[in-house]
Amino acid sequence: MDFALFVIQTLNGVQLGLLLFLVASGLTLVFGILDFVNLAHAALYMLGAFICATLTFAVGNFLLAVVLSLPITAAVGWAVERFVARPLYTRDHLDHVLATFGLILVLDTAVHLIWGPEGIAVPLPDWLDGQIAFTETIVLPTYRLVIIAAGLGSALGLFWLVTYTRTGMLIRAGASNRRMVSALGVNIEILFALVFALGAALAGLAGMLIVPITEASIGMGNNIIITAFVVIIVGGIGSIKGAFIAALMIGLIDTLGRSYLDDIFKVFMSTAAAETSAPAVSAMLIYILMAVILAMRPQGLFPPKVR
Amino acid sequence: MTSDSSSRPFGHSSPAKTARQGWMSARGWATLIIMALLACLPPIFYWTGNAFYLDLATRLTILAIAAVSLNLILGYGGLVSFGHAAYVGLGAYAVGIPAHHWLYGGLEGIGLATTSGLVQIPIAIAVTAFFALITGAICLRTKGVYFIMITMAFAQMIYYLIVSIEEYGGDDGLVIDTRSELPGLNLDDPLQLFGLSYVSLVAALLLVRMITRSRFGTVLHAAKGNNERVVTLGFNTYAYRLTAYVISGAMAGYAGALLGNFTTFISPEMMDWAESGELMFMVILGGAATTGGPVFGAATFILLEEVLSSLTIYWHLPFGLLLIAVVLFGRGGLVGMLTRDSAK
Repeated sequence: MDFALFVIQTLNGVQLGLLLFLVASGLTLVFGILDFVNLAHAALYMLGAFICATLTFAVGNFLLAVVLSLPITAAVGWAVERFVARPLYTRDHLDHVLATFGLILVLDTAVHLIWGPEGIAVPLPDWLDGQIAFTETIVLPTYRLVIIAAGLGSALGLFWLVTYTRTGMLIRAGASNRRMVSALGVNIEILFALVFALGAALAGLAGMLIVPITEASIGMGNNIIITAFVVIIVGGIGSIKGAFIAALMIGLIDTLGRSYLDDIFKVFMSTAAAETSAPAVSAMLIYILMAVILAMRPQGLFPPKVR
Repeated sequence: MTSDSSSRPFGHSSPAKTARQGWMSARGWATLIIMALLACLPPIFYWTGNAFYLDLATRLTILAIAAVSLNLILGYGGLVSFGHAAYVGLGAYAVGIPAHHWLYGGLEGIGLATTSGLVQIPIAIAVTAFFALITGAICLRTKGVYFIMITMAFAQMIYYLIVSIEEYGGDDGLVIDTRSELPGLNLDDPLQLFGLSYVSLVAALLLVRMITRSRFGTVLHAAKGNNERVVTLGFNTYAYRLTAYVISGAMAGYAGALLGNFTTFISPEMMDWAESGELMFMVILGGAATTGGPVFGAATFILLEEVLSSLTIYWHLPFGLLLIAVVLFGRGGLVGMLTRDSAK
């Protein structure tokens, strides 16, 4: 096995895992605390990408655009909470799913109206566009390392926020028993709106980070959202720690499965059979993993202790 | 079609009190009327030279079968499956793959290179029933939002599986060159295809009605209201739900086989989760846990889609807003509103 390739693929897996964590952490926060299923989380990811792309061209600086886009996506998240989510808190999950499915249609079409049907590609600043050579064979694009750093940074920031701040304490308390938190005199409406906006900003950040690699396009969130669902199911809905571990696990399994499964299959089946079956199996790998984990632990790996 | 509320011994609330008018409820009359319209109008359109409307009606009828099958688990069983489109897609591929091998070779040895509907349709039903059994056994161990997401994820798994198989066109989809051959029927004739779909829809409605009025259906519905109570009474609700899940999946697979014959082009897009969402919307729009509701829902959905998309390419915008409005304000769906009005 080529060691350099393995290192590169592993880092690609970590990068995918961290992006997944950014999307999944918002989902799991919103579900854990608000008991609200938000399919439109995918649309917030997409909006982050489009807003960042537009601002990059407006201000001429990608990093500045990211900084400016964060409060905007948070504001969109706040508006979604206020006008769609809040009236639905007392309803069942089916209503949440249908309403936010409608919201996806609305937001996708709104993006189509504002930005047109074409995707927007964003150029990287020169100093981020290069490559870093660790050894002669291990060469990585600088920007992928930036994504890993940004993802780890956000994860640490979120961990600090949830563990060591008063807001985080309220968030954890809300996840355990929101009625009690509200009975203790905490303004639960503001807390909910805050959590929703935070989740939107995290999803938006993931969209902003990916936009120089792929490009901003309509419906770009609709694929990652399913994988994010798998992440939070495997990790245990409502658990940030579970989301982090599951996201890295799924990012790595997905990336490494696509690269190495055919080699593994060749050990015990013919080359032709391995080459036809490996893509199919690697495409299903994370779902098979999810099925196995759920068959053993229906609440996921790290379910929140108190519900 | 009298009220089905009589078969709810556990005091489970029905969306609206059914008004009894003579021997038949308003709800039953409404279902009969829409089924009669659906039987008469399309052939008339066809004979007067508007073949397009017949095609629209055929699509509507087939999707209505899928919605009726979803209603069995979602409406009566309270199992919010967000992956129903996968069953429709699998059913369509059960027609497409044998037809593909019949034309291009392969799989003759096991008799799967065929255009015979008498082989394809049982395969569609068997494959979807088996998939429902395997995934249902896992999904039903979870509940609530886990169930919604895991059904969605399994559907996406099938989506990616089909995408990754290049032999069957992958992302680009598969053209069905020859429609299923059934004795005494020619599915290339749009009128006969519509006729088969219509008869199938009637059969599906009767089947679901029979199920929901049986002891089996009563347990299923009761478990929706209060699972713990029904378990305490000694029922293995897991087995009841799994059975309903398999029946529902197989019905959707059958609808998929018809859909493949109708479109003659199938692609993984049929299994996209947006399609599953649309099926759910049809059930809720029409009125969940009512016999005719999904048919109303499918009809309204298809006609709205047709009208709005002819007006503007941005038709998803009003459509999405409507969806949100239906969820926020329209409890009980169209059938619910209808019966509320006539009850006064």
